[in-house]
Amino acid sequence: MIEVEKRFAIEDLYSAYGSCLDNDKLEEWLDLFVEKCVYKITPKQNVTLGLPVTLMLCENKNMLRDRIVSLRQANEYSIHTDKHLISNVCIKAEVDANIMMVEANYALFQTDNEGNGSLYSFGTYIDEVFFNKNVPKFLSKTVIVENWSIPHMLSTPI
Amino acid sequence: MSLNVEWQRRDYSRVPYWLYHDTDLYNHEQKLIFRGTTWSYLCLEAEIPEVGDFKTTWVGDTPILINRNKDGKIHAVVNRCAHRGAAVCRHAQGNTKVHTCIYHRWSYDLTGNLIGIPFQRGIQGMGGMDDDFDKADHGLRKLRVACYQGIIFGSFSEDSEDLEDYLGPMMQGHITRLFCKPIKILGYQRQRIHGNWKLYLENLRDTYHASLLHEFLVTFGLDRATQKGGVEMDERHRHNLTYAHASSDNDSDAKEAYGGHEINSDKLKLLDPSLLEFRQEYTDDRNLAISTMFPNASFQQLNNSLATRQIQPKGVNAFDLIWTYFGYTDDDTDMTNHRLRQLNLFGPGGLVSMEDAEAIEIAHKASFSEERDSSTVIEVGGKGEISDRAYRVNDVPIRGFWSYYAELMGIEPDGAFR
Repeated sequence: MIEVEKRFAIEDLYSAYGSCLDNDKLEEWLDLFVEKCVYKITPKQNVTLGLPVTLMLCENKNMLRDRIVSLRQANEYSIHTDKHLISNVCIKAEVDANIMMVEANYALFQTDNEGNGSLYSFGTYIDEVFFNKNVPKFLSKTVIVENWSIPHMLSTPI
Repeated sequence: MSLNVEWQRRDYSRVPYWLYHDTDLYNHEQKLIFRGTTWSYLCLEAEIPEVGDFKTTWVGDTPILINRNKDGKIHAVVNRCAHRGAAVCRHAQGNTKVHTCIYHRWSYDLTGNLIGIPFQRGIQGMGGMDDDFDKADHGLRKLRVACYQGIIFGSFSEDSEDLEDYLGPMMQGHITRLFCKPIKILGYQRQRIHGNWKLYLENLRDTYHASLLHEFLVTFGLDRATQKGGVEMDERHRHNLTYAHASSDNDSDAKEAYGGHEINSDKLKLLDPSLLEFRQEYTDDRNLAISTMFPNASFQQLNNSLATRQIQPKGVNAFDLIWTYFGYTDDDTDMTNHRLRQLNLFGPGGLVSMEDAEAIEIAHKASFSEERDSSTVIEVGGKGEISDRAYRVNDVPIRGFWSYYAELMGIEPDGAFR
């Protein structure tokens, strides 16, 4: 039986996750991951074919930090704002007292600099959540992009 | 309709903006370029290794089905049923003995021959086709197929030059280097870019933009215009190769050359530099070699990231870009992981490639309504003669692209440079 507090804490983690991305708080978003984290975005096509190619692969938090620094300082990309809708958060398994396997669906809408919106990406998060005392963070996060032909380009994280 | 293009200059250093936006022109491109005398990239042999393996793709906006037949030979056909024009094969890839259209179940063998028509003789003598209907006349349209170093190419023309002549020594050399050993497919990335396909073909021939648009390269010292490198073209200037040698410049060279444009490399270092590690795999020390083949493909090496890129036009205003990544079959786990890590550099979300989509989309959007005499400027690396450059800051191969494009489209100006 999973404690109700842990369930709420996981709900809050996913809310904070979407909120940070939607409000361009990418540095705060980083705080939602543990130091030894893995973050990847994978096209559904490769999952189906059993092939390892990703769209983004950060094998530790420093690579994730480098991504954000690069987005802030080096990369040029489409001017947009994000809106994440995250639902069906489902605890699939308790690996041990501190780690849970969690899945959720997401839909990500983007608005361009003239106010036009579109459904940019949708798919599934397959995650490992690590509890340090009562605070959950992502140990791993795999974003499986269902609409795997990426519209325009991929810049800010999903 | 015959096309009338008023070139301001016969060296293609000016290209009218309307050429990126005209629907009539697009239809001519399909006929004269993609279904003309060119050879197009179809896929890699490693994607269809077994008998019965197939893959679907596009050449221009024509749907294509590629099969490996019983004898191991590869056949490419137009994926359009001879009966009612429906796509015969609806899958991206797979394995089969026969392809059957779902609409009326007409079926085709792996060479594209029509082998079965339900109710061809009717039911109990009623209905069916006339006796003079000959299946042999109604196969799928066959392309000419040729393979080079494991890459499968197709052409709609029986009369065009052989593939090896079409590639020429420069492209042959680059492909042979990249495909020096048996490969294994690591996976795919795909994106739809909302701009004319030619803008991307130009982008691939523009070394000038590389270290300016893609600031990651300069900021983190991966690739700079001050590195030793250059561009090479085939004899007809339709294909190109851009290359650079590893560690052939230093920070002070770069600072001087980039002038007012700030180089951040003093203050910015990657916390995890494993992304940029270059392991020399070939006899030369080139860490960047990206070739572009007219009209639909690019073959790339940047450090140890290896891929093909395929361009599929989707009307005048969009194209799909498909990235197929590979390693070598003798890569160990560590090397495979290294290549997968370097994938962060490329693709729709690549640290050094994401900007291309944005640049193309803003160029397409902003040039849409230009008058017919309004032109883009292409003269970095000089005007006039179209030829190789032993330095990196130039966009001469773009003029090479246009010279061959104009020849195929029958719109060359008098005294055109080739």
